[in-house]
Amino acid sequence: MTSKEHWVLPQGIEEALPEHAARLEILRRDLLGLYSTWGYELVMPPFIDHIESLLTGTGHDLDLQTFKLIDQVSGRTLGVRADMTPQVARIDAHHLNRDVPTRLCYMGTVLHARPDCFGGTRSPLQVGAELYGHAGVESDVEILGLMLNTFLIAGIDNVFIDLGNVDIFKALAKQAKLNSEDESRLFEMLQRKAVPEIEQLLAELKIDNDVRDMLASLAELNGDISVLQRARKVLAKANTNVHAAIDYLEKTAQLIMARFNNVGFNFDLAELHGYHYQTGVVFAAFVPGSGEAIARGGRYDDIGQIFGRARAATGFSTDLKLLDNLTTRQFEKANRVFAPADNDAVLQKKIHDLRSQGVCVVEQLSGQNGDAKAMQCNQQLQIVDGLWQVTNL
Amino acid sequence: MITIALSKGRIYKETLPLLEAANIIPAEDPEKSRKLILDTNQDDVKLVIIRATDVPTYVQFGAADIGVAGKDVLMEHGAEGLYEPVDLRIAKCRLMTAGLVNVDSSNGNKNGRLRVATKFVNVAKRFFESRGEQVEVIKLYGSMELGPIVGLADLIVDVVDTGNTLKANGLKPMDHIADISSRLIINKAAMKMKHARISDIIEKIKAAVEKNA
Repeated sequence: MTSKEHWVLPQGIEEALPEHAARLEILRRDLLGLYSTWGYELVMPPFIDHIESLLTGTGHDLDLQTFKLIDQVSGRTLGVRADMTPQVARIDAHHLNRDVPTRLCYMGTVLHARPDCFGGTRSPLQVGAELYGHAGVESDVEILGLMLNTFLIAGIDNVFIDLGNVDIFKALAKQAKLNSEDESRLFEMLQRKAVPEIEQLLAELKIDNDVRDMLASLAELNGDISVLQRARKVLAKANTNVHAAIDYLEKTAQLIMARFNNVGFNFDLAELHGYHYQTGVVFAAFVPGSGEAIARGGRYDDIGQIFGRARAATGFSTDLKLLDNLTTRQFEKANRVFAPADNDAVLQKKIHDLRSQGVCVVEQLSGQNGDAKAMQCNQQLQIVDGLWQVTNL
Repeated sequence: MITIALSKGRIYKETLPLLEAANIIPAEDPEKSRKLILDTNQDDVKLVIIRATDVPTYVQFGAADIGVAGKDVLMEHGAEGLYEPVDLRIAKCRLMTAGLVNVDSSNGNKNGRLRVATKFVNVAKRFFESRGEQVEVIKLYGSMELGPIVGLADLIVDVVDTGNTLKANGLKPMDHIADISSRLIINKAAMKMKHARISDIIEKIKAAVEKNA
């Protein structure tokens, strides 16, 4: 880097200029306001943390995504959080230690060592909500509802929700008695719906023919809600856990679809995102024109165990900057009032009153460059009929 | 609207009959036209003609909903962000290592490291790592066969069809890395949002592939 390139930002790191930052701030306030009206308490986990706490549970897959540094005080390895969910789980499991359902929300910058999505940001502004201490359909439906309300407030239209249940694959893999290596190979192929490879792998494995056919069918069990009926037939010989998982998914879907009839729902029984820590229903939100999910969530029971207490848990998170990119919401520009450079006590009182009502007043600095318009003001304070009054420019 | 990404040449020619089975017929021939976006007989389907190595990128990020890409390109790209539900069984070849005839290229330089020239950098690294060998990979964009001849590399990793190019340049195929054929690839979000339309196209193409077999 030459001295002329000091303005260059690191790859995937952005700064928000005034207009952008103003929009992000409005979205931030509105979303945290929404979560608060649903009873979600805001928590602020630290930006850096011990690597062991960051890489548990939902952080399981994030080792390579986490920036690391050595704590010069303790000699231990610290990480810059790549995901706040494990930290919030710790707050619930260890610090709050409540026996009742606990609702927490959070918002903050996370860092990713490698850009993993289109546009390549490495510093998403993660925002999300988690519900601990209830294992049942109602809490999953509440989290899904809160995610959909997040999109309503953020002005994201045409949302599609993709729903799955990782327990279906987990129970089938168990029924097939797959060893962990074969299971993870099959999992990886299912993520790509690579039917030819799946069939080849299953042909090599010594498993019961019925179970083989059921595992092979997973990649094609996707579509509208009728898929669940089809799954019951195709997976008829599966154990009761598989059928319980389908029933759970259907119940969740029916409840959320009844509340949001203008949202598209898709079902995918091979959708296993977060397979290593998810324990039930999983979901992702998509919008036209965006090739990847804009928000993800699902159930991840027992995650708090490592922090001393296993708790049922479900939640979702998204990236505020991504929501801002996709929003169709019109952000009205607030009025800006230009006040002349004048030490008149009456004027100063008027400025004080306006500001305490929340009006933006920009004071002229004597000898400054530029007039009211150049200072992006649309109104000014001037004497009309002997009184300081706000007039339009 | 459905966008299908294809590359010119062999893949395009061999994909045409499969698209036709799904009643998708391009309005123009890309070999004769300079257009990069082609209309089809279907109002809601268009084709984009791009380089073969760009097809997974277009489809992964949703610039195209569907694409046709060689397994070699997918292995190099890393395919976790895509669905690849159908083996089209076209544009078949093999991904292989090759070296000079009559030369024992298995020892490498005096430090014991083989130099491998290829455009499949990731695939080559993974292959030699799986055999427990540390190699120096040299990224080239074409004419890999020259590498061993001019002393740039000990081996190459490339796709081999008839083996005639290797032979003509005094090289012999050595280790088989993978069998290659083209795959139908699908954007994950499109699969969910345009499910009915896309799964209909997939089913018809799949049926045509099975009929050919």
